[in-house]
Amino acid sequence: GWGQVSSDEHASWMSVQTIRNVFSVETGYRLSDDQIVNHFPNHYELTRKDLMVKNIKRYRKELEKEGSPLAEKDESGKYLYLDFVPVTYMLPADYNLFVEEFRKSPSSTWIMKPCGKAQGKGIFLINKLSQIKKWSRDSKTSSFMTQSTKEAYVISLYINNPLLIGGRKFDLRLYVLVSTYRPLRCYMYKLGFCRFCTVKYTPSTSELDNMFVHLTNVAIQKHGEDYNHIHGGKWTVNNLRLYLESTRGKEVTSKLFDEIHWIIVQSLKAVAPVMNNDKHCFECYGYDIIIDDKLKPWLIEVNASPSLTSSTANDRILKYNLINDTLNIAVPNGEIPDCKWNKSPPKEVLGNYEILYDEELAQGDGADRELRSRPGQSLGPKGSRLRDAGRTVLTTWK
Amino acid sequence: MLQEESDLSLIIAQIVQKLKGSNLYAQLERQAWASLQRPEIKLESLKEDIKEFFKISGWEKKLQNAVYSELSVFPLPSHPAAPPEHLKEPLVYMRKAQGSWEKRILKSLNSMCTELSIPLARKRPVGEQKELLNKWNEMGTDEPDLSLFRPVYAPKDFLEVLINLRNPNYENGDSLSFRTHLGLIQVPLKVKDIPELKEFFVELGLTSGQLGIDDSTQVPPELFENEHVRIGQKVLTEQDSAAAQQYVRQGSPTALRAELWALILNISSHPEDILYYEQLKTNVIQHDLLVDSLIYKDVKLTASNDDYYFVFEDYLYQVLLCFSRDTSVLSHFAYNSASPPKSYIRGKLGLEEYAVFYPPNGVIPFHGFSMYVAPLCFLYHEPSKLYQIFREMYVRFFFRLHSISSHPSGIVSLCLLFETLLQTYLPQLFYHLREIGAQPLRISFKWMVRAFSGYLATDQLLLLWDRILGYNSLEILAVLAAAVFAFRAVNLMEVTSLAAAEAVLADLSTLKVMPLLQIFLFATVT
Repeated sequence: GWGQVSSDEHASWMSVQTIRNVFSVETGYRLSDDQIVNHFPNHYELTRKDLMVKNIKRYRKELEKEGSPLAEKDESGKYLYLDFVPVTYMLPADYNLFVEEFRKSPSSTWIMKPCGKAQGKGIFLINKLSQIKKWSRDSKTSSFMTQSTKEAYVISLYINNPLLIGGRKFDLRLYVLVSTYRPLRCYMYKLGFCRFCTVKYTPSTSELDNMFVHLTNVAIQKHGEDYNHIHGGKWTVNNLRLYLESTRGKEVTSKLFDEIHWIIVQSLKAVAPVMNNDKHCFECYGYDIIIDDKLKPWLIEVNASPSLTSSTANDRILKYNLINDTLNIAVPNGEIPDCKWNKSPPKEVLGNYEILYDEELAQGDGADRELRSRPGQSLGPKGSRLRDAGRTVLTTWK
Repeated sequence: MLQEESDLSLIIAQIVQKLKGSNLYAQLERQAWASLQRPEIKLESLKEDIKEFFKISGWEKKLQNAVYSELSVFPLPSHPAAPPEHLKEPLVYMRKAQGSWEKRILKSLNSMCTELSIPLARKRPVGEQKELLNKWNEMGTDEPDLSLFRPVYAPKDFLEVLINLRNPNYENGDSLSFRTHLGLIQVPLKVKDIPELKEFFVELGLTSGQLGIDDSTQVPPELFENEHVRIGQKVLTEQDSAAAQQYVRQGSPTALRAELWALILNISSHPEDILYYEQLKTNVIQHDLLVDSLIYKDVKLTASNDDYYFVFEDYLYQVLLCFSRDTSVLSHFAYNSASPPKSYIRGKLGLEEYAVFYPPNGVIPFHGFSMYVAPLCFLYHEPSKLYQIFREMYVRFFFRLHSISSHPSGIVSLCLLFETLLQTYLPQLFYHLREIGAQPLRISFKWMVRAFSGYLATDQLLLLWDRILGYNSLEILAVLAAAVFAFRAVNLMEVTSLAAAEAVLADLSTLKVMPLLQIFLFATVT
């Protein structure tokens, strides 16, 4: 981080622990108008795996209740536009619900992730109920009371048909900067990257324990035998785009990227109502997205403290530019920030960021009203819904 | 006039002869027989009706494409009494130089073989065959001990050979004049100058739209891109090779590129082709060749470390190992100045009946060879198609980059073209670099030998290779090399050593090739 919190710092880049202290009721610390920090106080509503899912589920139900066209479902009851998170349950709380779901398709694989950890720590795959007996047994006994939130897990349907390139699984890491939640203003960093596994992907059950096949976290892959320190198993998003356009065509590629932008915006909208929209805050999130072999993107998780360490030379340059561009938007012109300032930076300072969604601009067109009065609009690169949902600079959203 | 006509009829006869043995001929025959059932075919006008049928059903187009494909590689007509060596290479001193170079390579290969006591080829035991079959899709994880293997040669070794090429019939005289060529290549071959290049590459001019320039985000797509894409789709529907070749001169849209290149190279995936590839795969499984280790080593040294291509490592093995065993590649030696190395069954040295070509395809890979395949992985993910495209690219273009010949697209001409362009249009820079011991060719040679693969960003490389296909010539590599020097001229003028010059030109990954080419050819005051 940049520095410790002290009363005369104007812009502070903090760790999540420090943020907790800053905003905690006990310390009684108050940020003055000319101070900004790089986390929202309750960012965990988005960045903890269980809360993220909770908020998205709530958001979907709300939209459904309002009769919003966004919450439209298909014949099998799946959301048409909001089905971007794999089926997920909290353990031990939803254990019974999970078992019901598991029994519907007993040959499926599920992934267990501890709610509060990162870097792939503690993650494992299961395909038998017996492998998670611990969470059910405990719920029946009184030791359920001793389950602290630290041991909570989420279990999600494992995407066992990821899109493979060169036979390997990969995921996308995209950086999204949020300067305010209400009105929502967020920026997408153009230079995201793909993280490849060093080992060929196989859905075979014998390899379920092999983390090098399934988990793309660099923290894990870099211990693999074949890890290469020159390229670090990373591709730029532009490479991915070139490859997909060349092998699958332009329309499906554009549609894929549009959907990715869509799900990022929707996830932010989902937590916006519960987010403490402290005007002293901005935040740069690391979004993890997996694409399946039908070219559908899935939101896996959002990281509040995306790794800013670098594994390769290119990486170092990327992360340096990322921090640079982030601060340029959060603290324009390097001037002393003023929280009353409306946080809408001019185009020149965007650097490698581009506007993903600007709610004020969208509302300025009276678009939100239009959105609700037009049921059944189709989503897609040419869909006018997206145009109404927010004037974005991303050209395919025309 | 008469001579031209007889040349033409000779060519026609040769192409017909070649096509008669091809699959297309068999298909046409079958189609003709089947068409007899059709109502519109009448006995009285049989010939015309069948011709008409072929035209409508698209078979004529296929035949046209095949003929066009043959013409593209067909060597220039020569005197009917010319011996076959002349088709390979008309100049004797070049042939001799290529011959001695080949002897050196083979000697190096044989000595490695003897040193390591590894046979050039051996049959794999059944257990090993099974293992390899299982691992076919992930040969990259196989870590054989490659430390004792060295590449047979690297581009810089080849450069030394080219530098020493001399035409014994040409006396330059000792006196230096303004005509003296200051570069490393000292053979008198004809190369194009900028006015001639401007004519040759007319579609790259300032008044034509280009992909790589006019499709950037600042330019509204209505101006050029949309129309260009529409035309591209039309070309694909018509399935016309010649039109496709003309089309890609202005660049190919990413979504259409794979199909367009396949059309230009006249590759279509018939079951026979897939079967052929599978047969090659079986050969790989059954026999182990020494060159396999060379291929492994090359991939591990180059593509595996490349930011763009590391993902495709396993495809590279699948393509290159099969390529080594593909004897159909031998036919390209008819117009390649190189000849396939011969090896003799143990104990029968010198006896022609026991001679075999080694490797079976006659091509010994050198350091960086796998980079010819790597960019293609961005376009084709089906192994047999990828294989066919690569093989065709090799026998049409890439072989010229590592054999000594006088062909205008041969590496010798490219080097000379590069040096001449630099000396003529950037004399100060050329002189300066020469003075500090940094002959420009020493830096640009490796770019040209690899057709810039691994040096440019992939999307830029593909735009460059579009033009190689479009113009059926490799000269653009030399022009681009000169354009890169022109672009970095200011920095290069300040350096004082070869190492510093290399550093200025070390990273080409941010370059945009089309603007560079356009500026160099059309916008520089000459």
